[in-house]
Amino acid sequence: MKIIKTCLTAIISSVMIFSPMAYADKWSDQFPHIKATGDIPGECSYESMSKKNYKGKTLKINTHAVPVMGEPTALHAEQFAKLTGAKVDVTHTPAGDLYAKAMVPFQAGQAPYDIVFGFSNFINDWRRYLEPVPKKYVEMKQMQDVTPSHIGIASWDGVMYQFPVDGDRHYLKYRKDVIDNPEMQKKYKAETGKELRVPQTWKEYGEIAKFFNGWDWDGDGEKEYGSAEVMKKDDLMYAAFYSRSAAYSKNPKTPGGFFFDLKTMKPLINNPGFVEALTDWVAATKYVPPGGINFGLGDEIGSFGGGQTLFSFSWDDAFVAAMQPDSPINNKVGAAQLPGAMKVWNRSTNSWDQGFNQAPFFVWGWAVGVAKKSKEKEMAFDYLCFFANEANHQADIGIGRFGVNPFRNDDFKADVWTQIGWDKDIAQSYVDTLAQMEESKNRVFPLRVPGTFEFNAALATAASKALAGQLSPQAALDEAAKQWEDILNRVGKDNVRKAYAVGVAMEDNKL
Amino acid sequence: MNFKHKYIFLFPGLFVLIGILIFPIIFTIRLSLSGWNSYTPEMNFIGITNYIRLFTDDPRFWESFFRLSFLSVSTVILQYIIGFALALMVWREIKFKRFFRVIFLIPMMTTPVIMTVIWRTFFHESLGPVNDLLGHIGIGPILWLSDPVIAKFTVIIVEVWQWTPFMFLLLLAGLLSLPKEPFLAAAIDGASTFRKFVYVTFPLMAPISIGAIIIRLIEASKIMDTVFVLTSGGPGTATETSSFYIYIKGLREFQMGYAATLSFTYLVIMIISLTIIAKVLTKLMIKE
Repeated sequence: MKIIKTCLTAIISSVMIFSPMAYADKWSDQFPHIKATGDIPGECSYESMSKKNYKGKTLKINTHAVPVMGEPTALHAEQFAKLTGAKVDVTHTPAGDLYAKAMVPFQAGQAPYDIVFGFSNFINDWRRYLEPVPKKYVEMKQMQDVTPSHIGIASWDGVMYQFPVDGDRHYLKYRKDVIDNPEMQKKYKAETGKELRVPQTWKEYGEIAKFFNGWDWDGDGEKEYGSAEVMKKDDLMYAAFYSRSAAYSKNPKTPGGFFFDLKTMKPLINNPGFVEALTDWVAATKYVPPGGINFGLGDEIGSFGGGQTLFSFSWDDAFVAAMQPDSPINNKVGAAQLPGAMKVWNRSTNSWDQGFNQAPFFVWGWAVGVAKKSKEKEMAFDYLCFFANEANHQADIGIGRFGVNPFRNDDFKADVWTQIGWDKDIAQSYVDTLAQMEESKNRVFPLRVPGTFEFNAALATAASKALAGQLSPQAALDEAAKQWEDILNRVGKDNVRKAYAVGVAMEDNKL
Repeated sequence: MNFKHKYIFLFPGLFVLIGILIFPIIFTIRLSLSGWNSYTPEMNFIGITNYIRLFTDDPRFWESFFRLSFLSVSTVILQYIIGFALALMVWREIKFKRFFRVIFLIPMMTTPVIMTVIWRTFFHESLGPVNDLLGHIGIGPILWLSDPVIAKFTVIIVEVWQWTPFMFLLLLAGLLSLPKEPFLAAAIDGASTFRKFVYVTFPLMAPISIGAIIIRLIEASKIMDTVFVLTSGGPGTATETSSFYIYIKGLREFQMGYAATLSFTYLVIMIISLTIIAKVLTKLMIKE
């Protein structure tokens, strides 16, 4: 009897231990995208999806252009179709048109797309047209690992409208092989009298970038440049500007709003803090690659990831792209928090507070929801759940061009990244950077108010005029502030205040 | 005979006209009197508020309109000059005439968006071949797309390249349809080639030229795809044209009511200005 018991225990244990691997073998043969992990058991795993039957049904998705988010959408659509028998139509749309492409049919009461991709800050405008994520998905294991901040990002008033597929924040990327190079440090010290190190402030960032601009510092026979930044109007450049502004304008001593003064709803974007940031940014046009003033996100990723610049700051994509095995700067990059500033504007005293200040910008990221009018809601949520299942997520976050970035607790472990070939210290600095941002108490979150697009577009237009030399930084931001006042009057100050208060509460660590 | 029943035959055409022309215009006018946007998704009535905003508080629209005027007039003038020169060249008996006629038409047959993407790659300041070639002879890098002034000329280059063949085609058709007698008379009088062009060819071509210029001006005033792909209206707003601005307001910022106001105002301005231009050109180019 004892022998039988022992044998049974051994058999059951073997089945339990090796069953995930059995799935892995079975599904990764068919879907090489997940070859590193195989299928990982869960409610929306390959195994689970293969049991669904959506034959004869069509799922329509509007997503971003290839590759950022567009490529994984299409890839997972193809996989989903194979597994479930569904027909999945994927439409690719440029970033600037994602909002309207969904809003026009939303407002007309139609649902040409079951699933719409956009940015997480569209939530306030979109939520009335989106189906809340059903309880069974919110409560499933895969969702339990999503960080609280990203659950908050996907939700409004406690209701989840956007299915978490991505998590974003802006941080600094730099060429570790240059900054840590003793010869370069010596050269920099000799010529400037200063230490070469990871820049602590935007001024230092500018000084170092200027020094390394326009000469071949990596010996590849090509000129390299100081910095690659998203400066192209209408291509998320407003986010880059907010990143540069946070250190000068997000004062922990003056809670109650970064973009507006919550009490009066007076726009703050033309205060001396923002003006200082824009002045720095105008100076940055001198140390970006030729044509850098027209760089969109894709150009920035390609430029830094291709080894053309010393610095870059924006989403994770450029960093992950740089760390891919085929990258010329694989394992030669480092991550750090966005630079700070040695002064920060105090709107209460109307003066500068001297001292170091740093404020991470949680720019958030790609968001996706299911149209309330969709006739295929169940299939749509299953697709999204499948998109973000553990196996797909693990594979997606390692491919820079996919634009899928960490938003799960597991992603903040260095092992996840060393497994895909990153050097240990780089992986550690990366996850430390992300973790420090999560822990910061002086964070900035993007606008999530009615008319978000109008506010950001007005700011982007004004900032781009300053970058192009059409207006001075002060005049440009005065113009933007005036337009923000007009938008406020059109939308209604109270409407905006009510929505803005939610973001302010997060910034002031009250949520 | 009673021919009243003949009007029945007009109805299909009339319905189509109402459907594709009259209804959209009336709808646009109605939309322009509403505040439809992302947060007020309804066709409410706000009177002429949008028009007041346009005429008192939107210098960006007027700047984009004057920029458009500059771009469209300059591109059409260049297209006319180059197109006329090319048409004159293949109008004569030259070798490989048919070959050249086909070659000159190729740009027009390509897809504007795709060709603009290719031009953008050519003009890419750090990775494009144009600056690379110029670099070999010690020039540049030229900021083709990121200098506010040069970017305008880059747009002009692409537009001229794309649409000169259209002008060439119209003018060549015109040249081929000209009567031979005036040229024979000029030849008998011993007129030089230059005088023949100035006193015979050009005046005879005037009606066709006016038609070609007006057609191209109408098209050029809608310039959108080139700007969208090449510069996105940038740097800053340096290459932003009226149609691109209307697109931004309507489909990016989702201010549908205000975008309709801009569209209708733009339509009225274009009808008036093109009518005036046609009259002026007729007066200048066609002598009694």
